[in-house]
Amino acid sequence: MSGSPITALFDRTRAENRAALVGYLPAGFPSKELSIAAIETMVEAGVDLVEVGLPYSDPVMDGPTIQAAADRALEAGTRIADVIEIAGRSAATGAPTVIMTYWNPVERYGVDRFAAELAAAGGAGLITPDMIPDEAEEWMAASTAHGLDRVFLVAPSSSDERLAMTADAASGFIYATAVMGVTGQREQTSSLAPELVARLRKVTDKPVGVGLGVSNGAQAHEVAAFADAVIVGSALVRCLLDAPDPDSGLDALRRLVTDLRAGVER
Amino acid sequence: MTSPVPDASGHFGRFGGRFMPEALIAPLDEITQAWQEAQDDPAFTAELDRMLREYANVPSPLYEAHRFSEAAGARILLKREDLNHTGAHKIRNVIGQALLAKRIGKPRCIAETGAGQHGVASATACAYLDLECTVYMGEVDTERQALNVARMRMLGAEVVPVTTGSRTLKDAINEALRDWVASVDTTHYLFGTAAGPHPFPAMVRELTRGIGDEARAQCLELTGRLPDAAVACVGGGSNAIGLFTGFVADADVRLVGVEAGGDGVETGRHAATITGGSVGVLHGARSYLLQDEDGQTLESHSISAGLDYPGVGPEHAYLAQTGRAEYRPATDAQAMAAFELLCKTEGIIPAIESAHALAGALTLAEELGPDATILVNLSGRGDKDVHTAAQYFGLIEEPVVLDEGTEE
Repeated sequence: MSGSPITALFDRTRAENRAALVGYLPAGFPSKELSIAAIETMVEAGVDLVEVGLPYSDPVMDGPTIQAAADRALEAGTRIADVIEIAGRSAATGAPTVIMTYWNPVERYGVDRFAAELAAAGGAGLITPDMIPDEAEEWMAASTAHGLDRVFLVAPSSSDERLAMTADAASGFIYATAVMGVTGQREQTSSLAPELVARLRKVTDKPVGVGLGVSNGAQAHEVAAFADAVIVGSALVRCLLDAPDPDSGLDALRRLVTDLRAGVER
Repeated sequence: MTSPVPDASGHFGRFGGRFMPEALIAPLDEITQAWQEAQDDPAFTAELDRMLREYANVPSPLYEAHRFSEAAGARILLKREDLNHTGAHKIRNVIGQALLAKRIGKPRCIAETGAGQHGVASATACAYLDLECTVYMGEVDTERQALNVARMRMLGAEVVPVTTGSRTLKDAINEALRDWVASVDTTHYLFGTAAGPHPFPAMVRELTRGIGDEARAQCLELTGRLPDAAVACVGGGSNAIGLFTGFVADADVRLVGVEAGGDGVETGRHAATITGGSVGVLHGARSYLLQDEDGQTLESHSISAGLDYPGVGPEHAYLAQTGRAEYRPATDAQAMAAFELLCKTEGIIPAIESAHALAGALTLAEELGPDATILVNLSGRGDKDVHTAAQYFGLIEEPVVLDEGTEE
């Protein structure tokens, strides 16, 4: 997978001796056009890799912030075709872009069709929070056929055996969930994350991103000390959820990303 | 007789499996292993049998419903799960899982509930076995079923109204899963039906299969032969899988699952997941579900709260695909007609869930004729449904607070 835009990104950030900053926003929230504007703002302000969330009716891994945003995106009529288009617009900024999606929408759309359309739009792969490699035969085939990266999650509860198996099946990077819990901001960074990353390093050379709970530059800096990528989601979504109007939401987003980027570079 | 499914990774053919966050795989593995060891441990199985016998009033009787049979035009046998403690088959599953939680050293259980029946059963089992209990219930359902909320609290459980999504059963499951991923060191998820990720479908089947095993022996004793058909309602599918498992190997016994047809499958307002849904992934397993073109879960509709769920257990999907069982819908109107018939011919008020099975049996009786013997699982009693039924039949004008009973 040496040709992957994600692999190229991590080659670059490793050369720059810093962690990559990964930003998540749900597609279609608060509207299709505004979600594109928000992604562009995020990239301009320093996000290296974009996770476009596919809004889903039953997001069991997500806390209230992301579920609220996903519900609004669905109410606004966001469809899978829109999400793929938004991912394409995101990729056009130059930042490698993946879609983060629960599995059922992909299966319903058609795994190969989804992969083909995402690849054609310029997308780099999928993050699949409820799809483990054990069940991923069809996705392994489709991602290989269309040159997409497959980012699987690992958790503090994962056995060493499962870490190795998951790292082997993954490409692009491995998503290490820093806590046992759902997405959302937390006051302190996880004490479990450094140990999880250390366990992963013993079984893989692939880049490791750490997510769940990071919401400011200081936390990003802490995580950047031991991870290849710092993943931020709910805190970015919060900027848009809390904003009285779109422009102030984008301003808040820009300020937060600037702070986070400074955190991963310090 | 052991069932050949699921395989070691929890698949029933292409159905089942584990579509879950990686964080929950280790706990699911822990439960799988503990459950396997418990089943092989005579001390555990003897303790469970004793509790079911002494506390839950199991085995439940098989009852020949003479007057209902006359009206139906076939011989109808009722498996009286409505006479169990807490009024439904659910107690079998919760006692088993709560005892397993004790065994693996988890002091706390969480559960989801729709109408409140699995929640009440869970609260009951946790009180009985000295476990802490938290029940997630959609806010809409807490309003519709206020008395069951009170009942759970009386039994010492914490009830958490869920305000996300459609604020009903599926969202209660989502919220319970979110709790579980953050609390799994101390907490067992006491899942309420034969769905969800492996090992829940198989474990719940084994805990409810007493329904079918008992009924098979009771039927042989009563009639000298096996029934021509075994009929049960299907929401998530725990009572049906419990009944069917006893007869799966008896090729001559037709297995009929009756789904909630709501206003009619053709109207789109129903909960007939196998009849009117399509294959997909929800709550950890591949099965049938109600979904739109993009794989978003659709809301289900049924007069029966216990059947009002847009998914179904994966083994039912498998039995449907292999043709071993057949699934057909009964509308709200058909179920309520059967409900009324049982009340007036037998003096038994069934759960509206179970009335769907009765409606299926009435249709089947017409098809099979007077020589047929049809076994119906009367999965729960209808005290909880008195209010709904009274409104449906126009027996009262003002809402009354009367409630008891069961879920699917």
